[in-house]
Amino acid sequence: MEILNYDYPDATAPLAKRVHVGVVGSGDLEVLMEPSPDGKAHVVITTSVNGYGQIWKNVIDRFFTRFDRAATIEINDFGATPGMVALRLEQAVEVSK
Amino acid sequence: MSSPVNAPAQDWQKFLARKSFIELSAQDRATALLDAGSGRVILGPFDRLKSPWLPQQGIVAQADDGVVLVRGTIDRQPAVVAAIESDFQGGSMGEVAGAKIAGALEMTLADHRKGIPTRPVILFETGGVRLQEANLGLAVIAEIHAAIVALRPHVPVVGVIAGMVGCFGGMSLAASLCSHLVATKQARLGMNGPEVIEQEAGIQELDASDKRTIWSLIGGEQRFAIGQVDALVEDDADAIAAAVRAAFAAGVPATPRSARVDEYLAKLAAFDPTQAPDPKALRAAWGKGA
Repeated sequence: MEILNYDYPDATAPLAKRVHVGVVGSGDLEVLMEPSPDGKAHVVITTSVNGYGQIWKNVIDRFFTRFDRAATIEINDFGATPGMVALRLEQAVEVSK
Repeated sequence: MSSPVNAPAQDWQKFLARKSFIELSAQDRATALLDAGSGRVILGPFDRLKSPWLPQQGIVAQADDGVVLVRGTIDRQPAVVAAIESDFQGGSMGEVAGAKIAGALEMTLADHRKGIPTRPVILFETGGVRLQEANLGLAVIAEIHAAIVALRPHVPVVGVIAGMVGCFGGMSLAASLCSHLVATKQARLGMNGPEVIEQEAGIQELDASDKRTIWSLIGGEQRFAIGQVDALVEDDADAIAAAVRAAFAAGVPATPRSARVDEYLAKLAAFDPTQAPDPKALRAAWGKGA
């Protein structure tokens, strides 16, 4: 198990509401997205698979090229592929609208 | 046994039009049983009641520990549904997950003592105790048992086993303590799961990959046929919701199944334990015919 932290200080637009999607099931993950108290975006990832920090960074960086909300995002991952992670994040954005 | 393959055309349409209950998440399952629009989650993921024990063993915890509690109404009466998310750790009962269910049942009992007729429903989708949490998991399962027994004289405690995990271990005892148990054909109810039996007693005792045999022994249809499940329904959210409403409408049963000790002792005494009955013989002896 590994815990990864990423900050995105440029994402400052307000998030409309908090959102929970997904499940900590095999090959899946849960995403908890809520308005950030300090007006900047923060991501905390707890993953069951060690050593994939760079891939997580790439996936989350790419997500934040289009997502500009000051959200605190908690990800609890149980071995999801990068594609699955991207889909769950997109789903969270859809539900938050 | 009706099969959709041989069913008439209108049954096909009904089969395709149904909303599968098994495919729903725990929260959607719970909401589907409540009056439309009445459900609200209590102690949800943002309350972060997680397992403190899993991360210490290198296992990722889930924000709601795999149990979703939803309050709402059933036929305009106050209700609470506890749903187990089977995708997280096989629906296993850890300390927090079990305490959420036990707490919900104890609050329901407190409601009844104040004259509030809250209706409790438990959606069992669980392999039983979470082995990583050992005795703490067992202790909360015992609390769930005690709460069901305490609540049973006040209101029917309705259990639902839909599938596909089934209901095993200490939680199978909880299911059997319920006043009324609803199951689908896909459901399984048993103390030890097939893999455990194969591992402990050998493949000559039970081949865990033989689905037909397993469902013939512990499947929802067999459990219904031998009187251990009260309602057998299709995997259809509306049908399951209707069965739950009917269970509450029927009221508290005179004698719960688990209190009919003499009846079951007599049934067991009629069998020679060295000659285990096959599923058909058990149906003939205990139930509604083969």
